[in-house]
Amino acid sequence: MQWETVIGLEIHTQLTTNSKIFSGASIAFGAEPNTQACLVDLGFPGVLPVLNEAVVKKAILFGTAVDAKIARRSVFARKNYFYPDLPKGYQISQFELPIVGPGHVDILLADGQSKRVGVTRAHLEEDAGKSLHEDFQGMTGIDLNRAGTPLLEIVSEPDMRSAKEAVAYAKKIHQIVTYLGICDGNMQEGSFRMDANVSVRPRGEEKLGTRTELKNLNSFRFLEKAINFEVDRQIDVIESGGQVTQETRLYDPQKDETRSMRSKEEANDYRYFPDPDLLPLLIDEDFIAETVREMPELPEARRQRFETQYGLSAYDADVLTATRAQADFYEVVVAQAGDAKLCANWVMVELFGALNKAGLDLGGSPVSAERFGGLVKRIADNTISGKIAKTVFEAMWDSEDSADAIIESKGLKQITDSGAIEAIVDEVLAENTQQVENYRKAPEDKQPKMLGFFVGQVMKKSQGKANPKQVNQLLQDKLKN
Amino acid sequence: MSELHLKSIAELSAGLAAGEYSSEELTRHFLARIQELDEGLNSVVTLAEEASLAAAAAADARIAKGEAGPLTGIPILHKDIFCTQGVRTACGSRMLDNFISPYDATVVSRLKDAGVVMLGKTNMDEFAMGSSNETSYYGPVRNPWDRDRVPGGSSGGSAAAVAARLAVAATGTDTGGSIRQPAALCGITGLKPTYGRVSRYGMIAFASSLDQAGPMTRSAEDAAWLLAAMAGFDERDSTSVDRPVDDYLGQLDQDIKGLRVGVVKEFFEDGLNPGMRESMETAMEQLKALGAELVDVSLPNSHHSVAAYYVVAPAECSSNLSRFDGVRFGHRCENPVDLEDLYKRSRAEGFGPEVKRRIMIGAYALSAGYYDAYYLKAQQVRQVIADDFRKAFENVDVLLGPASPETAFRLGEKSDDPVSMYLSDIYTIAVNLAGLPALSMPAPLVDGLPAGLQLIGNYFDEGRILNLAHQLQQATDWHLQMPEGY
Amino acid sequence: MSLDAEEVEKIAHLARIAVTSDEVEALKGELSGILDLVARMSELDTSEIVPMAHPLDMPQRLRPDVVTEENHREAYQAVAPAVDNGLYLVPRVIE
Repeated sequence: MQWETVIGLEIHTQLTTNSKIFSGASIAFGAEPNTQACLVDLGFPGVLPVLNEAVVKKAILFGTAVDAKIARRSVFARKNYFYPDLPKGYQISQFELPIVGPGHVDILLADGQSKRVGVTRAHLEEDAGKSLHEDFQGMTGIDLNRAGTPLLEIVSEPDMRSAKEAVAYAKKIHQIVTYLGICDGNMQEGSFRMDANVSVRPRGEEKLGTRTELKNLNSFRFLEKAINFEVDRQIDVIESGGQVTQETRLYDPQKDETRSMRSKEEANDYRYFPDPDLLPLLIDEDFIAETVREMPELPEARRQRFETQYGLSAYDADVLTATRAQADFYEVVVAQAGDAKLCANWVMVELFGALNKAGLDLGGSPVSAERFGGLVKRIADNTISGKIAKTVFEAMWDSEDSADAIIESKGLKQITDSGAIEAIVDEVLAENTQQVENYRKAPEDKQPKMLGFFVGQVMKKSQGKANPKQVNQLLQDKLKN
Repeated sequence: MSELHLKSIAELSAGLAAGEYSSEELTRHFLARIQELDEGLNSVVTLAEEASLAAAAAADARIAKGEAGPLTGIPILHKDIFCTQGVRTACGSRMLDNFISPYDATVVSRLKDAGVVMLGKTNMDEFAMGSSNETSYYGPVRNPWDRDRVPGGSSGGSAAAVAARLAVAATGTDTGGSIRQPAALCGITGLKPTYGRVSRYGMIAFASSLDQAGPMTRSAEDAAWLLAAMAGFDERDSTSVDRPVDDYLGQLDQDIKGLRVGVVKEFFEDGLNPGMRESMETAMEQLKALGAELVDVSLPNSHHSVAAYYVVAPAECSSNLSRFDGVRFGHRCENPVDLEDLYKRSRAEGFGPEVKRRIMIGAYALSAGYYDAYYLKAQQVRQVIADDFRKAFENVDVLLGPASPETAFRLGEKSDDPVSMYLSDIYTIAVNLAGLPALSMPAPLVDGLPAGLQLIGNYFDEGRILNLAHQLQQATDWHLQMPEGY
Repeated sequence: MSLDAEEVEKIAHLARIAVTSDEVEALKGELSGILDLVARMSELDTSEIVPMAHPLDMPQRLRPDVVTEENHREAYQAVAPAVDNGLYLVPRVIE
């Protein structure tokens, strides 16, 4: 039997606000337990939620970016269930009327074809706290700092047909939310969390198979591996005469398998109803227009601009705009150094290479965009050669110093004074009369190769600092006579 | 000095300003009355003796500096549903028996800022669920007019305390009649404002789309004083309305000649006790004599209000009370074996039977398969009821009827039958569903017991119903009648 | 409308309230009585009526995105039944 895989993703993105979705507490990550949980977050008797304007704007930006309809009227509802990380016994979410309606994104498949994936909806809701399972007097500890952090849950249509497509879609959403600056995209800290709904059906069958929901997929790699494992598992179940159970399954990265979550959650009955503490959210055209005016440039537009404005190749533009952080970094470098192609080379080859070697991402780079721009600038204006620049870059990697400071303190400045270079050239010619004679006797086509010897000598004498172009020119001129 | 508890807010305010007595003396006077007289009533659950004397001293200092407002130094009681920083806020429940609130409700802080002195907290039906004050964990409150009878509920402690002159005034909350029905049964004036007029922040939620706080006082004039300080926009409450507060006091003396008062036909049908009818008719004659024009009005769907209410209120309460889980505050059972045990036993031990019934009805009404038949249907009925009011107010300025079908009933008389208890709010509930302002004020006694006349205003028309009530009170002495022995 | 014991137990579980078998017996009647009262609204034809979720016909107000709350953990946890190192404690949760 030929099987077809059907995948839909639910992505929870934490929105980068200052304060929580319904309270004035900070959402900064990593604070001492329960120090960022205010009365509203803790669900104290009598407290009430008040909606943060910034989350509404961020949802509008996302909706606009995926070509979705922004609901002029949306409603907050309560999702009722008991869990210790859910202080009020209900989560404020959106149910029947979400803020972002149907939209879509286009993903690039391995064969170079583009595929459109539907975004069913995106809705605003509050995050829950965290249960800490280390031993606290044999009990579980509850930290509610995260409770009330704003989330935009982005739900896709079941349009993906392979784990690779699911990853491409997830990466696309990640790229969009980070470009928009509405989410920091940090998966380790849980800012971007993916759940996958996976089912299989015989190829050609229209009816969807029974799906399972995969949780705990906190990297694109795990997303791919978990789906692949789950697809194989489901096919095995069906082919051996069984039936797939609709359930939530947890991915275990250590064992690379999915396992059923304690099916304690007897068919949940969330008793959704409109939250009577919050009135309907009405959004008018002006508010949308005003919000969209602040819309940052999206990846596709930026890629095209990089090609036209900087004259970069399609490949270079694509690499440099893969993430907003890279594109931003590059543009800071260009702004300082000028030469766009030189900048692209240095960012992609030297910087990315060094980061890769050190196992760091751009956010962890010891050399900031400003410092890196300062280095490339000195190559562009001939202060140092590309070769010396590598030495300078190494020194910058291990210090806080600017390229200029390092060039200065190590005396690495290129010698461009033609008088000074001429003096060294003359010295070298005087010390190597035999070679000069040989050169002059040699046929013209052999001479360029022989010139290398003299260049080497001059560079050696100048400790690599003489401008190679000038050295070449001078030597050629002088050896002619 | 001995007559201090008979004075109005305006009189006391003038007396304090003139230095005839200090707030401390006034406060001691009421503290002494509570200590002496409340034993038989059980209207006060927490006496804040030290804090009230400190507040009185601060008020006196303000008065001396000439920085006093009209309410500075006036001693009142708060219903125990309002969170009061540093003072136990138990909401009539074992669940919160140990709960010292870390913050003040907006109503409390506004009154504090005005210089009001809080004497303590009043008894109430558990989580404001009840019409007789018999569901309180702290025992029933007794009606000062007849201690074998109930004071009504859920703000029964506030009503009994004001009726017995144990405080100048008290705060209450009204979800389905919880200010007006006890005000009626205890013979005081109680006002439920328009939904959104008074902040709900810090008021422990029963049913969020119905709850509203208001004053419980001896006269409409006192109510106007208190409401003026309680009302107003609060940025901590999304359902608080950002519009200026009317000049309630300025409106009190307006002429009511030609005012069109609609007599709600359905409130005078079979269920109404004959003595009560007679009392209402006397009040209506008086209104006519003052120049008001009485017209018959129908609220044809009002008899559906109790049914709709007993879906909406329990549904909201089932969710609102989920936060009482024994984790962050409130009662926690001993040695829970697992999470489910922690939840189930803490809640079973912490909540009383009426609260459990309502939580369960609400959970049922919202559950899969029943939502449309119950919750959605109730919301539709709610709309129909609100439409009835909208139509009625096209022709009249104010609506009138009894606040309760009968006078105070005996303790225990209805406590075994939830449904008959629910029906005692039959005339008050529709107003909450629509979100309108309404008050109950004393009408002529019926067989020696208080009867409440209910005046219902259009949205944000608190000033008008207070005006009408005040004019009636200027012409009659029904509001001055007092239970014997107080 | 009359509820049987199983339904009452299901609702009690949904509401996380422990009930004894005696309580279930009493609740059967009490809850059914309330549901009968509530069922009276079905007499009213509401097929054309827009549900009213709220008495206020007003949009949701928005709050500026500003941090206004400070850390008051100690005060807030003073009323907590069980805390350790700033964490609220509950019986072991098994994922």
